[in-house]
Amino acid sequence: MFCKTYCAAVHGIDGLIVQVEADVSDGLPCFDMVGYLAAEVREAKERVRIALKNSTFHLPPKHITINLSPADIRKEGTAFDFPIAIAILAASGYIPQNSLNDVLFIGELSLNGELGRVNGVLPIVYSAFKQGFKTCLVPVENVKEGAVVEGIEVVGISCLSQAVEYLNGERLIEPGYVDIDSLFEQSFKDCDVDFSDLVGQQLVKRAVEIAVSGMHNICIIGPPGAGKTMIAKRIPTIMPDLTFEESMDISKVYSIAGLLSNDNVLVQSRPFRSPHHTITPVALTGGGRIPRPGEISLASGGVLFLDELPEFKKDTLEVLRQPMEDKKVTIARLNYTFQYPTNFMMVSSMNPCSCGYYPDRNRCNCSLNQVKRYLGKISKPLLDRIDIYIEAMQIDYNELIQEKTEESSSTIRVRVMKAREIQLNRFRKESIHFNSELSSKLIEKYCSLDEEETKLIEHAYRKFNLSVRGYHRILKVARTIADLDGSEMIMLKHLTEAIGYRSIDQKYWSGER
Amino acid sequence: LEWGEIRLELTNNEYMYWLCNLKGIGNRKISILLNTFGSAKEVYHAKEDTLRLMQELTEKDRCILLKNRDIGRIHISYANLLEKGIYFLTKEDNNYPERLKNIYDAPNALYLKGNLLKNEKKTIAIVGARNCSGYGIETARYFARELSKAGLVVISGLARGIDKAAHEGALQVGGSTYAVLGCGIDICYPSENIEVYMKMMENGGILSEYPPGVSPIPGLFPMRNRIISGLADGILVVEAKERSGSLITVDCALDQGKDVFAVPGRIMDGLSEGCHNLIKNGAKIVTKSKDILEEFQLECLNNIQILKKENNLLETNEKIVYASLSLEPKHIDHIVNETKLSVNEVLGILVKLELMNYTKQLGNNYYTATVG
Repeated sequence: MFCKTYCAAVHGIDGLIVQVEADVSDGLPCFDMVGYLAAEVREAKERVRIALKNSTFHLPPKHITINLSPADIRKEGTAFDFPIAIAILAASGYIPQNSLNDVLFIGELSLNGELGRVNGVLPIVYSAFKQGFKTCLVPVENVKEGAVVEGIEVVGISCLSQAVEYLNGERLIEPGYVDIDSLFEQSFKDCDVDFSDLVGQQLVKRAVEIAVSGMHNICIIGPPGAGKTMIAKRIPTIMPDLTFEESMDISKVYSIAGLLSNDNVLVQSRPFRSPHHTITPVALTGGGRIPRPGEISLASGGVLFLDELPEFKKDTLEVLRQPMEDKKVTIARLNYTFQYPTNFMMVSSMNPCSCGYYPDRNRCNCSLNQVKRYLGKISKPLLDRIDIYIEAMQIDYNELIQEKTEESSSTIRVRVMKAREIQLNRFRKESIHFNSELSSKLIEKYCSLDEEETKLIEHAYRKFNLSVRGYHRILKVARTIADLDGSEMIMLKHLTEAIGYRSIDQKYWSGER
Repeated sequence: LEWGEIRLELTNNEYMYWLCNLKGIGNRKISILLNTFGSAKEVYHAKEDTLRLMQELTEKDRCILLKNRDIGRIHISYANLLEKGIYFLTKEDNNYPERLKNIYDAPNALYLKGNLLKNEKKTIAIVGARNCSGYGIETARYFARELSKAGLVVISGLARGIDKAAHEGALQVGGSTYAVLGCGIDICYPSENIEVYMKMMENGGILSEYPPGVSPIPGLFPMRNRIISGLADGILVVEAKERSGSLITVDCALDQGKDVFAVPGRIMDGLSEGCHNLIKNGAKIVTKSKDILEEFQLECLNNIQILKKENNLLETNEKIVYASLSLEPKHIDHIVNETKLSVNEVLGILVKLELMNYTKQLGNNYYTATVG
């Protein structure tokens, strides 16, 4: 008898619906599986047979053929065990076919018939919902992750016999439910870090606020212990709250990477990823035999923090260049190409030299050549993609004991949100969202200057020996500062402040002062 | 041309050039040879037996002296030197700096590119650390500038840090400045100073006792310090650690009976410890260019004081920010704390002041006032 069930494979960050067909007919007893299968899917044969036996189902000595269609796409992963077992049971007459329509099955089987968790449930359930499925049967451990998608019933199954009883209507299982609103409300209270923890560092705080408002990449330079990491960790707290759509996009990537669980069903706060500097290029961009999203994709929608930038291997940093421009990374494999989002804000921190104290010559004994060599590890094209450079200084004891109340993250966030709103309104007709994405053509359109301002930037251009790129960077940052100020035009004070955030690259990066 | 067929007589300078270009024969041995034989020509024509009588020469030295006697090659090589615009000055030469003749172990010959150094001009050597602070660079430039304006010639070693700043200061006001190198004068070491190297030849020059093409070897540099101090009437030490190479130059200067000046730093500052020790031992403490000029009985041309500028053009807030600046690099946060203005305001004002040349940014977000 012929029967079919539905399953899905993760393809990039989407789920691809796969039809599992089973035919049980007379003939020499054997178990065949076709449909361009990877090794772990072919092994499902043994798992399914023994799981069926141990779940007290009698597998008839017949000719069993399984086909996974579409047959031209390679099937990988262990989520196919469950639908294969169900298809065989249906074809053997344990389950009526009509109860399998509009149902999607995901799960790995253990030999005793229990279902184990799999990765990527969220994008699969989401795709199933889009394709019009009504129910999803997933492992119990994945149920909440899938239940986030509204409009589709996600039922948690713990073992094979339970599934059969459910499908035959002999047992009622409540579909999983997640209260998304309360989830989001809760997440705001959960923040254990806040900008008010930071004493002093007015300049860096201001620079970070500007960077977040316009999604500018920022580089914080300073001696060890100046609080560079501390500041970077608090950046997500002043970023605008996640909308449900954004959260879904981020959660999909996290689901594929296996970072979601029943306790943590949806990414509720903006990601903050800080990979160690020993990371390989592949771990950063994503890849592997079966591609997995890398750190830059996991940071999408949030912050990618690269601590001790010059310590990263050169080739690791160079791979960042293209994803930073395109906001997505494409990974090509023999049979398919995947695209992962990489819409992150890069925050990097570094010491000015290998001992960390340059230009304090009483503590730093590095020769100029050593300083140059240290800074030279980062290539110019990468530096060109960073809009704001800021130097943090060590905090004085006096400042430390001052009982001044510092601004809290929520106050700063209000200003950031305002600036973002202005940008979203302005760029409604463009394909960009933030000032940092302005191309040179759009800069002309949106960053026009008055006479006095033009004179100033002209003077600065000559005096500071700016490059064209540097000039554009200043205008972009000035635009964001003006937005923070709620000003339509870029004024003199905005421009001068923006000039202050430029990298004095020629001097700094050649180690000369 | 077949040089063997034409009898060519070399000039005295060419013989001297030959003697100074023998690898392995240093300044001391040349002096001994010249004392024994009277002139380079006699050395050239000396017989092997005569050379053998000299105990100071090794077998290898004799070999070098005897085997390198190729008149044609010497002639061409010397002609090439002149063609490049390089002066070859022997002690007998009138253009050989008078001051240098009096020092112990004076170089037997000097190579000079650029303009000849006039004996009647007063000279000052400015030396200091290579790894120096922003304060050191600013003060070195300031003194070089002011002393140049008063007509002094600034002499230094074209090294990184203070040396470079001294040359730059002199060049800023169009003064004359000379660099004494520890390698051939056709080699700019360190190469990043090429701009200064090129520029100083217009109004000053490059000097070395080593022939062109000699590469910079660490061992050669301490030797040139005696020339720096020898050429100068006084020596100004700007920043030196307790054990600094600049102190070798000071020792030479003391041996040669030159004036030693030192710029003080803060007492806790390790970079100025060498200077402070000099001051304790009797070096003249210098805080203004006048302090040096009065030693030389020169008029101070303009009494420019540090940090006093015509600042009536500035707005109130700009004045407040400017007032909190000093020669010590200061981070913006400190300025914000002192002035009680907002960060963005201060940053904007600093950029404005920088555009007007009132301040200077040293590294990201560290600012100093400009001098003079």
